[in-house]
Amino acid sequence: MTESGTGSAGRFGKFGGRYVPEALIPALEQLDEVRRKAMVDPEFGGELDRLHRTYTGRPSIITEVPRFAEHCGGARVLLKREDLNHTGSHKINNVLGQALLAKRMGKKRVIAETGAGQHGVATATAAALLGLDCIVYMGAIDTRRQALNVARMRLLGAEVIAVTNGSQTLKDAVNEALRDWVANVDSTHYILGTVTGPHPFPEMVRDFHRIIGVEARAQVLDLVGRLPDAVLACVGGGSNAMGIFHRFLDDASVRLVGLEAGGDGVASGRHAARFSGGTRGVLHGASTYVLQDVDGQTVESHSVSAGLDYPSVGPEHAHLFETGRAEYRPVTDDEAMEAFRLLCRTEGIIPAIESAHALAGAMALGLELGPEGLMLVSLSGRGDKDVHTAAAWFGLLDDSGTGDPGGRT
Amino acid sequence: MTTTAAHPLSPGARTLQRCRAEGRAALVGYLPVGFPSVAGSIEAMVAMVAAGADIVEVGVPYSDPLMDGPVIQRATEAALAAGTRVEDAFAAVRAVTDAGAAAYVMTYWNLVLRRGVERFAAELAAAGGSGLITPDLIPDEAARWLAAAQAHNLDRVFLVAPSSTPERLTIATSACRGFVYAASTMGVTGTRETVGSAAEAVVERTRAVTELPVCVGLGVSNQAQAADVARFADGVIVGSALVRALGEGGIPALEALTRQLAAGVREGGR
Repeated sequence: MTESGTGSAGRFGKFGGRYVPEALIPALEQLDEVRRKAMVDPEFGGELDRLHRTYTGRPSIITEVPRFAEHCGGARVLLKREDLNHTGSHKINNVLGQALLAKRMGKKRVIAETGAGQHGVATATAAALLGLDCIVYMGAIDTRRQALNVARMRLLGAEVIAVTNGSQTLKDAVNEALRDWVANVDSTHYILGTVTGPHPFPEMVRDFHRIIGVEARAQVLDLVGRLPDAVLACVGGGSNAMGIFHRFLDDASVRLVGLEAGGDGVASGRHAARFSGGTRGVLHGASTYVLQDVDGQTVESHSVSAGLDYPSVGPEHAHLFETGRAEYRPVTDDEAMEAFRLLCRTEGIIPAIESAHALAGAMALGLELGPEGLMLVSLSGRGDKDVHTAAAWFGLLDDSGTGDPGGRT
Repeated sequence: MTTTAAHPLSPGARTLQRCRAEGRAALVGYLPVGFPSVAGSIEAMVAMVAAGADIVEVGVPYSDPLMDGPVIQRATEAALAAGTRVEDAFAAVRAVTDAGAAAYVMTYWNLVLRRGVERFAAELAAAGGSGLITPDLIPDEAARWLAAAQAHNLDRVFLVAPSSTPERLTIATSACRGFVYAASTMGVTGTRETVGSAAEAVVERTRAVTELPVCVGLGVSNQAQAADVARFADGVIVGSALVRALGEGGIPALEALTRQLAAGVREGGR
């Protein structure tokens, strides 16, 4: 049931492509040309590198976490600390690159979609830094779930538009951003937040995040003197995973393991595990794996993690899945929250709930690898944004939310 | 327009030819199947034909309609919530054809892919459909659809837009059969105060690279706009305004608007 196309642009095996209105094709072709030139232009590379060093705080460090590793079958665990980046996640890597491209294209207005708000915050940040107008589309349900991030974006000068159609979540925010882009493509660049969408987005966003794996591979070799046995990352759209995987693709001894949101369990139907519970399809401009019903209507995903709660996935992941170069495993909400709790208690690091899925994956894989194992885990974001969710999950707040647990006073 | 014994013109292409011979543009009316119900939408399409629509675009509701504005989004959301299925579109096509008009299916690509491109084409042809309009499929990605369309003698209608470069116009129109769908403006479906000069310009640029009829969609909502677009287009496509009329005033309002639009395409005679 694949659409093999006619050797069209931007394919990863049989996945990828451009399934968008013809009206957007000239803008996609312009973007492709401009980013190709930029990637080999020392001036562009120098400017991005300067921002990485002096604004984002790169290179991000790696941290060995021995007390957490005791819960991973004794295997060694190294965390790549994207949580320490400015704005609190890996998202800034891509956003700075695309915002610089927007300036190169003479576009003064940027738009973005956001689910949990991390990509929206990063985009609002880059827009403030570079003097661009910024509109962020966010599902109305998500604006209520993540009210603090809405306020952050507004503090940074962005306009946040609550999307009230469809399921009122991330996928509908993407639809609305694409509608805006079709109408305003002359003046506007769409800073898509992950490794999906029409070509060249999957490849371009991956390339802007590739620095994660480039740094981490050298850091692991430096510290340990050998490559890791496995690299683990959570996969929503899949940008932090592609970023850390890519430099290891040719290292055949390194297992690449993506962790999807298993929600209430794949069998429950309430999950976002595209490779366990999805099928080949097209969504948001890319041929990939999609959660869909028998007619091809998108099925809503479910996860405790807003950032993984998306019914589709980047097409390059679909290719890595089908070729077997990467493996993808579901992690339930319960498993992710247990890993979240453990990292807090054993290492003093509060991870994003998204990243906690990768940590849970390490707990399971470590048991398979044993004490000789060495795992590199992408800690893609920090958990400040998730404190409310986690506090509710673990029952740390009383009903008034004042931090005064009932019965303990 | 060329034809061979093996591939006769579709009903839709013949309709456009007839309208051209009458010195007028065709009226192409869009309604989504399943709104307000499957039976109600089919009744509405048949009524629209009786009131003067030459061609009906049968929309298939999709969960993520990124080319549609609020009016059609709301209608298709309601249709899906009521349980509308893809195969309901084929029943609508059959009803429209039986009522004497040509029917095209307008669908987002994943619904075709999921059903199977070949199977979708076979079912559409069996229902008497003229072809497919594909708002999120460009010819570059359409190899299997082009093959299936050829096998089942179906028209394939791709879109062009004001942003289309000469190169893209050539790519899109050379893959089209039946007619070319020219988007009047950069944007999604919905009624607009004016249909700008961009529409006439894109039609002119399209005619420079193809002999196919060019129908204009997006933004046309009333008789005056229909007459204006009919001056330079072979067909005037109306969607959101008809959906809104059906939603607000039922079939009588739909018929009234259709009659006005049918008068409009005759005023604009070329």
